[in-house]
Amino acid sequence: MKKNNLNQETTQELMALNGDEAIAYAVKQCDVDVVAAYPITPQTIIVEKYSEYVANGEVQTEYVCTESEHSAMAACIASSATGARTFTASASAGLALMHEMLFVASGCRTPIVMAVANRALSAPLNINGDQSDSMAQRDAGWIHLYVENAQEAYDTIMQAFRIAEHLDVQLPVIVGLDGFIVSHTLENVDVLSDESVKNFVGERVLPNVLTHEGKTVPFKLDPDNPMTMGPVAMPNYYFEFKRQQEEAMKNALTVIQQVHDEYAKLSGRSYGNALIEEYKLDDAEVATICVGSAAGTVKDVIDELRAEGVKAGLLRLRTFRPFPAQEVQKALENVKAVAVMDKSMSFGGNGGAVFHEVRHAMYDSKSHPFVVDYIYGLGGRDTSPKDFKKVYSDLHLIAHNKRMDKLVNYVGLRE
Amino acid sequence: MEEQKVTTQEWKFTAKDIALKPEGFLPGHRACAGCGPANVLRMVMKATRGPTIVTEATGCMEVVSSIYPYTSWSYPWLHTAFETAAANASGIEAALKVLTKKGKVKQEHIDIIAFAGDGGTYDIGLQALSGAVERGHDFLFILYDNEGYMNTGIQRSGGTPLGAATTTTPAGSVMPGKMQNKKPITDIMVAHDLEYVATATPYYWKDMLQKVRKGLEVEGPAFLHIFAPCPRGWRSEPAKTMEYTKLAVESCVFPVYEVVKGKYELSTPSKLIQLAPQKKIPITEYLKGQGRYRHLFTPQHQHVVDTLQRLTDERWAKLQKKVEQTA
Repeated sequence: MKKNNLNQETTQELMALNGDEAIAYAVKQCDVDVVAAYPITPQTIIVEKYSEYVANGEVQTEYVCTESEHSAMAACIASSATGARTFTASASAGLALMHEMLFVASGCRTPIVMAVANRALSAPLNINGDQSDSMAQRDAGWIHLYVENAQEAYDTIMQAFRIAEHLDVQLPVIVGLDGFIVSHTLENVDVLSDESVKNFVGERVLPNVLTHEGKTVPFKLDPDNPMTMGPVAMPNYYFEFKRQQEEAMKNALTVIQQVHDEYAKLSGRSYGNALIEEYKLDDAEVATICVGSAAGTVKDVIDELRAEGVKAGLLRLRTFRPFPAQEVQKALENVKAVAVMDKSMSFGGNGGAVFHEVRHAMYDSKSHPFVVDYIYGLGGRDTSPKDFKKVYSDLHLIAHNKRMDKLVNYVGLRE
Repeated sequence: MEEQKVTTQEWKFTAKDIALKPEGFLPGHRACAGCGPANVLRMVMKATRGPTIVTEATGCMEVVSSIYPYTSWSYPWLHTAFETAAANASGIEAALKVLTKKGKVKQEHIDIIAFAGDGGTYDIGLQALSGAVERGHDFLFILYDNEGYMNTGIQRSGGTPLGAATTTTPAGSVMPGKMQNKKPITDIMVAHDLEYVATATPYYWKDMLQKVRKGLEVEGPAFLHIFAPCPRGWRSEPAKTMEYTKLAVESCVFPVYEVVKGKYELSTPSKLIQLAPQKKIPITEYLKGQGRYRHLFTPQHQHVVDTLQRLTDERWAKLQKKVEQTA
């Protein structure tokens, strides 16, 4: 028995799980109706583990082993449109193959949850971890949450269903976990009881919509209340559909925090304010911004640097879409130089995806800190504490000289 | 719509029955005059037996029937993409199965129909179709075959026949239209060991409706290949659409038959030709009048007509042999 923040006793069990297994376990507890998926490294453990639950009758889920990721996402959209709580998992080439359908999923407002075990994209073929796959899907209309470790992967899945299915949101959610570093690394994970998860996640509630018959009915494919889903929209209506998606994204900024806070009360675990997590950032002069597991390494580096008297800090971006621009701006207000750690590239784009967002957010800041980009870890290239120390020492120089020579830098690369 | 239940009563598909049954595919859609597929869809929806969910691939029929905020569908209907009709059906079926178990579906049974054109079936949607039927989902896949990508402006598909001119296989001074023959899609589906595979044309409407009903009654996947001329794409007279669906059968370009649990059986219109081979009309009777074959009626391209005749005869002979072998 453990005590949560409300000082209530909660039964939590300690399990040894890797990130993928933690996700499969969380999905199992969320009473998911349909899983439609196609295997791809490093996501496979999720679907394998879940298949075991299905095979052993531990879940009431229809598991559809599709013949491709493209069909997996199509089946997920159709299943969700029929009213079922729906989950899938993918990575790399699989996510790229889904690209077309990701836009359909968000455009149809189907609240699917997908775990993405982040992996590099071909060519050359590489099965290791980086974030090129999901960053390339950043404009597909999905909410993006990125986790640091297996515990957070577990905790975030159940929050993801609540966020996706929230009546003010109704958008699909990607939960990103770093391939191998999180997906395949065994960790101690505290899991909630089935009962408390069930209470927390609840049943899927469908929004009511007006049909062409003039009736207000739950939004799903139902022979008693027919509606046309996934229609054609001409220039006279298409734009409004898209604007509504943007509004839902805006709503998600609040909902993500609400759901996170509610979960924190239940579990005793929280991750910053759900959008960003700050580590020793209050008085920091130099800071890095990380997405995913690198934050763990950086926190250790910061502890060492602080012992040496360096005022180093970290901002971990947990929510990438919708991008919490105001929170990021506020958190970095007093920092002199900021390094954005990008685990993906935007070729020809003067920096990676995260860099673009952060620099954009800082344009309106009063203090105007230096914002510099560091591309790291592509194709699973190891990034050590030493590498991060070097970043902080660069930042120190930038802050001191009030000048930055290079906008985009590469970590641990032969050049 | 009133609460629906699955009909167990045998339907006769008389003209009166059909006239009295409410429309599933409502008027007001934006299909062209003489559109084969629009006729097919309207008739097919008359053969439903109760609560039904329809899903459709991107294509002419999707575009003409669902322009927001209007719809021609009085049934629940979902479109996601071009290649996904069968994958959509998988998702709908999986959801219905589990939600029924959990007591969240009111209806005792809901049929699922997936519509796709030849592009969404022969080509871009073939993988999803193959996967979905291999997995055994309970749905009826209906291919409305107008032998080309008509929605995008008449390009060739795997379903376009040899010699047909399309905008990507134009009849030029060197090439006489499409250089390859039509993909034997029905054989491909039969090779998946489906319980029910059939071909039909709207000219023989009663035969077609009965096949729709049979396909729905099968527990598991069923495939129905319906011949549906496109006057725009075929450069044919809109008023002659139905006539072509008759000539195609009489020339054995498109024989109508059923394959039930692997057993081939000719449907009456084709059976009559088998019994009285003199009734089989030459392929030219079917080709003439279709602008897409106009260039073939020149001495230079006569050999293409001969080849088409030979291929048609070969496929017809092969089909009759299968009927014999599986009898």
